Amino acid sequence: MKTSFLDFEQPIADLEGKIETLRFAQEDSAVDISEEIARLEKKGQNLTKEIYAKLSPWQIAQVARHPQRPYTLDYIKLIFTDFEELHGDRTFADDHAIVGGLARFNGQPVMVIGHQKGSDTKEKLYRNFGMPRPEGYRKALRLMKLAEKFAIPIFTFIDTPGAYPGIDAEERGQSEAIGRNLYEMAGLKTPIIVTVIGEGGSGGALAIGIGDVVQMLQYSTYSVISPEGCASILWKSADKASDAAEIMGITASRLKTLGLVDKVVNEPVGGAHRDPAAMANNLKKALQDALKHLSSLSLEELLEARFTRLMAYGRTKEQASR
Amino acid sequence: MSWLKKLLPPKIKRSEEGTRKSVLPEGLWSKCSSCESVLYATDLEKNAHVCPKCGFHNRLNARQRIDLLLDTEGRFEIGSEVLPVDSLKFKDSRRYTERLLDASESTGETDSLVVMQGALNNLPVVVAAFEFDFMGGSMGSVLGERFVRGVRTAVEHNIPFICVSASGGARMQEGLFSLMQMAKTTAALTKLSEAGLPFVSILTDPTMGGVSASFAFIGDIVIAEPGALIGFAGPRVIEQTVRQKLPEGFQRAEFLLEKGAIDMIVDRREMKSKLAQLLAMLQKCPAAA
Repeated sequence: MKTSFLDFEQPIADLEGKIETLRFAQEDSAVDISEEIARLEKKGQNLTKEIYAKLSPWQIAQVARHPQRPYTLDYIKLIFTDFEELHGDRTFADDHAIVGGLARFNGQPVMVIGHQKGSDTKEKLYRNFGMPRPEGYRKALRLMKLAEKFAIPIFTFIDTPGAYPGIDAEERGQSEAIGRNLYEMAGLKTPIIVTVIGEGGSGGALAIGIGDVVQMLQYSTYSVISPEGCASILWKSADKASDAAEIMGITASRLKTLGLVDKVVNEPVGGAHRDPAAMANNLKKALQDALKHLSSLSLEELLEARFTRLMAYGRTKEQASR
Repeated sequence: MSWLKKLLPPKIKRSEEGTRKSVLPEGLWSKCSSCESVLYATDLEKNAHVCPKCGFHNRLNARQRIDLLLDTEGRFEIGSEVLPVDSLKFKDSRRYTERLLDASESTGETDSLVVMQGALNNLPVVVAAFEFDFMGGSMGSVLGERFVRGVRTAVEHNIPFICVSASGGARMQEGLFSLMQMAKTTAALTKLSEAGLPFVSILTDPTMGGVSASFAFIGDIVIAEPGALIGFAGPRVIEQTVRQKLPEGFQRAEFLLEKGAIDMIVDRREMKSKLAQLLAMLQKCPAAA
């Protein structure tokens, strides 16, 4: 598949276009230009490294939403085996914006749950752009309860613009569905490992985001509201999205500094979509480490640590009572 | 103006749309923003700020709310020592610190939640009440911490916890810290549950976004005030997304009752006695004489 480039990647795109032309020329040329191609490829690598070394938060948000970014099902394919998708919330429907099921992780049975976006128009619609309705969250909770019953660890993968803001979603209790998950996940008696793989969009992300280890891929984002949403409310202009992205602190590195995530998982040069296999490899290592650590804890220790983590969220100051 | 004219409520026709302020000069008269009846401000106050003509429930601030629910004796405020900080150095068109200062001055509160231990018809409880006028009742770190301290007090004293919500949602100026308050507040309620104590959630106008989608619907009993706007996404956002007109009464308390999302709608003037009755049953106390 041809790589699609973001605006700020234009210099890389130009260079890769040039390499492509040379390769094409090479085929019916007597002169050997492979050295030149290799030189340019090296240059392209360095250029990508250079550009990616100083991405702004808003540019990172673009990478997190990159149309070719690997999604949950891609990682399931690359990291897990024997995936058996389990469908439906048993009450209303099967929400395609959230996928989940049993799988093996290094041979060990686990539950995998994640938001799922689509890569072409048809699939995007089918997946509702990764925006779940209440039945999606209820399916996720059903699967988590199932995992709890059989003492199976849970991996969740977050990648959503947010919960679906639609009439039907409201009618079926979007608020309750999200709140219920937060409540139940806080006390779920099995390890939960959360990874933000793309967009961590507000409550719709958090609804499968309570866990014992919370990590983010290097170019993923996690925020209380989208930069565009924040800009249109506070600046009354969506054009200020880049300012909003800057100030809200939505990137993995910033959130790590703020103590809101445990670990940043490095991405390959140019982002996860440039080398999904390498990305999956890094992610697998991180998941392995997390699971190993959590498996060493007793259930009491696990739940106590989770509760302590949840209660520690927030920054305030204290003054003697008025 | 003759003394007679002063006494009789003048018939005022609304001249232009969008005049929201219901309070007329001198604060003597008040016009209902729903039925436009002109009322004595003191009558309105005595009527729990419910329009005696049409039953419209005006918004209350946190302390008015607490006054309606708690007996006057034996109140004890929780968490007032917890104060906001600007951990992101947040600045849009204005600084977060300036907005905090303004909100403080206009409401007399230090953040958007007031938590009070006290008694409801002699039944000991903890009540948390939102201050909507403080930055739209938005949920930030202070709100989360005060909420949690309220729940903790309830557990320590083995008494029920009541929360009266009125909020636009999470406080953007605190970035992801505010989102995490959804997790924090809701998780605290698991301890209340483990202790076998009731959590009653009262949803008032408006209860939206991150507050609606966290603890608000986790009440053992969920009650709404008549006409309150309650939902996850705001009506405007939904309209823009689905590009169709929203149904009549969408996201109002009556709509939610119809859809099975809440237990009941209770008139504010009966809220205290209703709560006393429900809590007494859940706690297996004898019926009031």
